[in-house]
Amino acid sequence: MKEGADVQPAADSDKEKEEKAKAAAEARAARAAARAAAAAQKEGEGDSAEAPKPPSPKQPLLDRFVEIIKEKVHADAVEESFINERDDHLPCVVLKSDYLIQTAGLIRNHPELKLNYLRNVAGSDMESHMEVIYHIVSLEKVQEYALKVRTDRNEPSIPSVTPIWETANWNEREIYDLLGIDFPGHPDLRRIMMSDDWEGHPLRKDYEPLDPEV
Amino acid sequence: MALRTEELLLNVGPQHPSTHGVFRVIVKLDGEVIREAIPVMGYLHRGTEKLAENLNYTQIIPYTDRMDYVSAMTNNYVLVHAVEKMMGLEIPEKAEFLRLIVMELQRVASHLVWWGTYLLDIGAMSPFLYAFRDREMIIDFFNELSGARLTYNYMRVGGVKWDAPEGWIEKVRQFIPYMKSKLDEYHELVSGNEIFLARIKGIGYYDAQTAIDYGLSGANLRCTGIDWDVRKKEPYSLYNRFEFDVPTSTGGDCYARYLIRMEEIRQSLRILEQAVEQFPHEGETMGKVPRVLRVPEGETYAAIESPRGEIGCYIISKGKDKPYRLKFRRPSFVNLQILPKLLVGETMTNLITILGGIDIVVGEVDA
Repeated sequence: MKEGADVQPAADSDKEKEEKAKAAAEARAARAAARAAAAAQKEGEGDSAEAPKPPSPKQPLLDRFVEIIKEKVHADAVEESFINERDDHLPCVVLKSDYLIQTAGLIRNHPELKLNYLRNVAGSDMESHMEVIYHIVSLEKVQEYALKVRTDRNEPSIPSVTPIWETANWNEREIYDLLGIDFPGHPDLRRIMMSDDWEGHPLRKDYEPLDPEV
Repeated sequence: MALRTEELLLNVGPQHPSTHGVFRVIVKLDGEVIREAIPVMGYLHRGTEKLAENLNYTQIIPYTDRMDYVSAMTNNYVLVHAVEKMMGLEIPEKAEFLRLIVMELQRVASHLVWWGTYLLDIGAMSPFLYAFRDREMIIDFFNELSGARLTYNYMRVGGVKWDAPEGWIEKVRQFIPYMKSKLDEYHELVSGNEIFLARIKGIGYYDAQTAIDYGLSGANLRCTGIDWDVRKKEPYSLYNRFEFDVPTSTGGDCYARYLIRMEEIRQSLRILEQAVEQFPHEGETMGKVPRVLRVPEGETYAAIESPRGEIGCYIISKGKDKPYRLKFRRPSFVNLQILPKLLVGETMTNLITILGGIDIVVGEVDA
C-alpha cells in the first residue's frame, strides 16, 4: 500500500479489499472450526477440545419423527436428519424418493403428527443434484416439519404428493415448469407460468435465455 | 323433437375487469352452467425468483413490492424478516413498531380495495368509491412515509428506511376512529342488503377438510372455522404484545369470507390503536447491520400473515450477498387452486362472485 498521496477511491478500494480479505479469513476460520466440530462429533462426544453444543430443544421431536418413519415405512427410508437451527430449529428429514408417497401418507394421518397442512413446496437446483423441500405443519399441534427429497440432476424425477396434499398440484406444476423436475403420478403436469412452447426451465442454474439482450 | 344443446367454450379474460388483472379462465358451458373451468395464468410472470438470484438482498426489496401490489408492505416484510431470521439480527423497537403499524394499515387498505372491487364485481358501484376514498387516506400516510403511493420499498434488513415525519403518528391516531365509524356505515350500507345476500350467501361453499387439503390460508381458511392466523400461531414482529381476535366463521361460503375480512379491518384498527399508544418516539430506525449483507450459509422459511393469507419466503444462501435460491410462497397462487373445483356446476354469474371472494392479486399469482 502506498502512503498519503493516494486518491480517495483507490484508498477506498484498498480498504475494501482489506476488509474483504479479513472477512474471508474469518469465514474460512469459521468454516474450519465448523468442520473440526463436526469431525469431533463424528468421532464421539467427550474428548473434543470444544464444548459440545447444547442439544436443540426440538431434538426429541426430530428423533421421534425419524423413529415413526423408520418403523412404519422402511428402515432405509431416511437418508439424513438434522435440525435446521437457522429456521427456529426446524426438524428436517431427507428422504429417499422411493419412500416419499408412503411417508407422506403416513405423516399426514399419524395421530402423533397429523401433518395435514402442506404450506410450502420449493424446488431448487443445487448443481450437483436437484432437491424439493416440503414444509408441512400440523394445524392442530402447531408444529412444523420439513421433508426433503434429492434427485438426479440429469433426469430429475420425484413422485407427486398431489394425491396426499391437493395443494401440491400447482406447486409441482410450477417446479416442473421452472426447474424441469418430473412428478410421476401428477394428474395434470403442464407448464403453468411460462408459455407451453417455452424452451428450457428458467430456474436451472445452467439455463441460457433465448435472447440474452433482454 | 328434442332440443339440441352443445357445449360452449368461453374465454373469460385475460382482459376482463372481474379477473383483477391479466388472468384467464377457460370455461366449458352447458347452457348457463359451468361443466369445467381451466385457469390459465402466467401473463404477469416476471421471473422474480430468477431475477433475485442476481441481486443483493436490498435490491430485491423493490421487486417484492411488485408481487402483491395491493399489499406491498407485507411483501417487504416477509423478505427482510427471512433475511433477519437467517442473520439473527436485532431490530430496534421503534423500527419494529413502524413496520407493524404500516403492515396493519396496509391490511386495512388492502381489505378496502377488496371490499370495493368485490361489490363492483357483483354490481354495486358506490361502495367502490367509498372504499377508495378511505384507502386514499392510508396511501397518503404511506406517501408521506416513503414517497410512493403503491410500491413503497420502505423496509430494510435491520429496520426501516425512513423515520415517521413529525405528526405522522398523530395522523394515524386520528384516522382510527374515523375508519371505525366508516366500517359501521359500510356494514349498514351493504352487509344486510337483501340483493347482496342473495348474490353471495351459500355461494362457493367448501368445508374445513377441503380448505386444509388445498392449503388455503387467510380468510379463505378461517371461513371454515379454523382459527389459523400466523400472527397468533407463530408470532413474529410484535404481535404477541397486542390484544386482537382472529375472526372465524363456519359458513364456508362467500358471505363468511366477506364478514371475516370486514371484521379483520376492525381487528387491525384495534392493533393500531394499541400500537400508536405504545409507540416509542425516541430511538433508532435502523439496527446494526453490516455494510454488505452476507447471509450465512443455510436455509430458512419465514412466513407471515398478509391480507390474503400466509405469504412465505424460502431462502437458500451460500454465504454470499445474493441468495442462491429465493422462493416466495404466494397466498394468491395457492388459494386460487380451489377455483376450478368450486366452479363446477355453478352458473356464469357465480364465477365472478367466487373468484372475487377468493381475493387474488394477479401480480402475486404469477410473481
